[in-house]
Amino acid sequence: MKPLAISSYTVTSALGRGRAAHVAGLRAERSGLAEQRFEDAQLPCWIGAVAGIESVNLPRELAAFDCRNNRLAEVALAQDGFLDAVADARARCGAHRIGVFIGTSTSGVRHTELAYRERQAAGTEYLPDWFNYRTTQNTFSIADYTRLRLKLEGVTVAISAACASSAKVFASAARAMESGFCDAAVVGGVDSLCLTTLYGFNSLQLVSAEICRPADAGRKGLSIGEAGGFALLTRAPASGSAACLGCGESSDAHHMSQPRPDGAGAVLAMRAALGVLAPERVGYINLHGTATPANDAAEDAAVTTLFGTEVPCSSTKGWTGHTLGAAGIVEAAFSLLVREQGFMPRSLNTREKDPALRAAVLLAARAQPVEYVLSNSFGFGGTNCSVLFGPAP
Amino acid sequence: MNALARSSYAIKAVGLAAPGLAGWAASMPVLSGAAPYVFSAETPYAPTLLPPNERRRATAAVRQAFRAAEDAIGGAGGARDLASVFASSDADMAVLHRICAALAQEPRIISPTDFHNSVHNAASGYWSIAVQSMAVTTTLSAYDASFTAGLIEAAALARDRAGDVLLVAYDASAPPPLSVKRPLALSAGVALILGPADGATAAPFGRIALELASGGESQCALPALEGLRSGNPALRALPLLELMAARRAASVTLRASGALHVTVRWTP
Repeated sequence: MKPLAISSYTVTSALGRGRAAHVAGLRAERSGLAEQRFEDAQLPCWIGAVAGIESVNLPRELAAFDCRNNRLAEVALAQDGFLDAVADARARCGAHRIGVFIGTSTSGVRHTELAYRERQAAGTEYLPDWFNYRTTQNTFSIADYTRLRLKLEGVTVAISAACASSAKVFASAARAMESGFCDAAVVGGVDSLCLTTLYGFNSLQLVSAEICRPADAGRKGLSIGEAGGFALLTRAPASGSAACLGCGESSDAHHMSQPRPDGAGAVLAMRAALGVLAPERVGYINLHGTATPANDAAEDAAVTTLFGTEVPCSSTKGWTGHTLGAAGIVEAAFSLLVREQGFMPRSLNTREKDPALRAAVLLAARAQPVEYVLSNSFGFGGTNCSVLFGPAP
Repeated sequence: MNALARSSYAIKAVGLAAPGLAGWAASMPVLSGAAPYVFSAETPYAPTLLPPNERRRATAAVRQAFRAAEDAIGGAGGARDLASVFASSDADMAVLHRICAALAQEPRIISPTDFHNSVHNAASGYWSIAVQSMAVTTTLSAYDASFTAGLIEAAALARDRAGDVLLVAYDASAPPPLSVKRPLALSAGVALILGPADGATAAPFGRIALELASGGESQCALPALEGLRSGNPALRALPLLELMAARRAASVTLRASGALHVTVRWTP
């Protein structure tokens, strides 16, 4: 693919609002995860909640979109000058030439959970009048909200491929720009805390009661977090500037909720993202690294197949938790920050690396300039996506 | 816009599954106006390509997707090499209903199968397992414009890969009480296999060219089909399928997001 400029980007997670909060959190090795309950959930676990979502107000004309997920989008869009950057692009390209590609796995399902709870309490057959399906629950809601909030009129779509959703937005946007459907694109991802994912992952015995410990010999599973992030992609990046250089997508064709143990699907995605770049040029890999036994083992098999055992890598789930449909954009942001800062984060909460894992998982942070960074995202349904960031040629 | 105007795609196969439109071959006379439309409820469907375990777990929405996709694939084979795009506004609202109803009661117990089936990309995942395809697959939603968004993604993907892409648009109607909030009149699926077209490419179902437009959504040429078109996001494709069935060179305009539309020019 043709390199795409990252004209602007922003991220909001349990670490805080905006890029500076994430840099500070990474450097201080301060996790955003906390041992706390989400609302009235009873499960003993750690979660990565974004503080203050409850008191966020959407612009009045978009009040119909009010739900936790769109409030999180509103907060995330307001950081790092992103609104202004998009306004500039809109003035330059025209609102109808900027596409919107947003990843989510559960959209506004928390709103639906609340509607069902009220229905149950009232002993009625019907959902309450306040419940607006289209603007909250429907998967497209988050993409439509983003489009309307940014006053854009271009091709708009929600990509919903579980935990690879907001990595795949880079691939879809790149294709759409290449084919002439748009000249620039807002990509992003937003997923927010809800009972569906907490109890759902728990039903699969994938939620850890202790803080998630990616790549650890004693890892017990994931910690769930929420996050939102966005990037503005434009054509023809200046030589040397931060760019999205490649995207790779593949399928495991193996199982709906288990990764292929040999990592062959992930290898295909990573190889496609690299394109002609030799694997040894990659300076850091941001792992999907959910801290489930199966994910970390399969990803290790994939990484060592393609990169051997020397390329530094780590999962940043120990900071934010697994933000599911937002994981791709959060880790894209971390990847870009790693390049900017010349700082590779360690695998937080990893006490003793699993001896069965052979990849060079960082157990201590490393200060070192990095040119090329690969970011991995994998999801249910056996969907894999890798994105390569680096200097534009 | 120039790239758009130049791009043309060959339609290699078509699949259709809706009440009274049981498969593309059987529906052609209806869609071309040669035979009247007669409503007939869909019979239950067991996807033929799925292994037994996955077939047992597949939800109604997944079955709807497979019904259209398997109609397009026919006995042709080669599905393993196709990239795919799954376009659905709502994925499986029956699963959503079960999960949210379970979470509203104590103890909160979700079925693990319901949870893995709740992802929007369930059909795409089952499909890759069914045909043992490790190729690119993506899943998207654009509410009622999901077919149009899927067509754009499939076209871009075909151009990007210089290869054929399977597009499957599908939606299953909701159970109550969600049906009050999202009233889909019927369940339906539409599938197309499309690839980049040049002079030499075989295009047994014609060629399409896409262009962005600012309005003028087409309705069905046949009034009897209009209720179907508006009753399911996948069937927003019907005006295009009418042209293909009648083999009539013409353009239709489909709604995309917001005020944006896409004009699809079909030629034999």
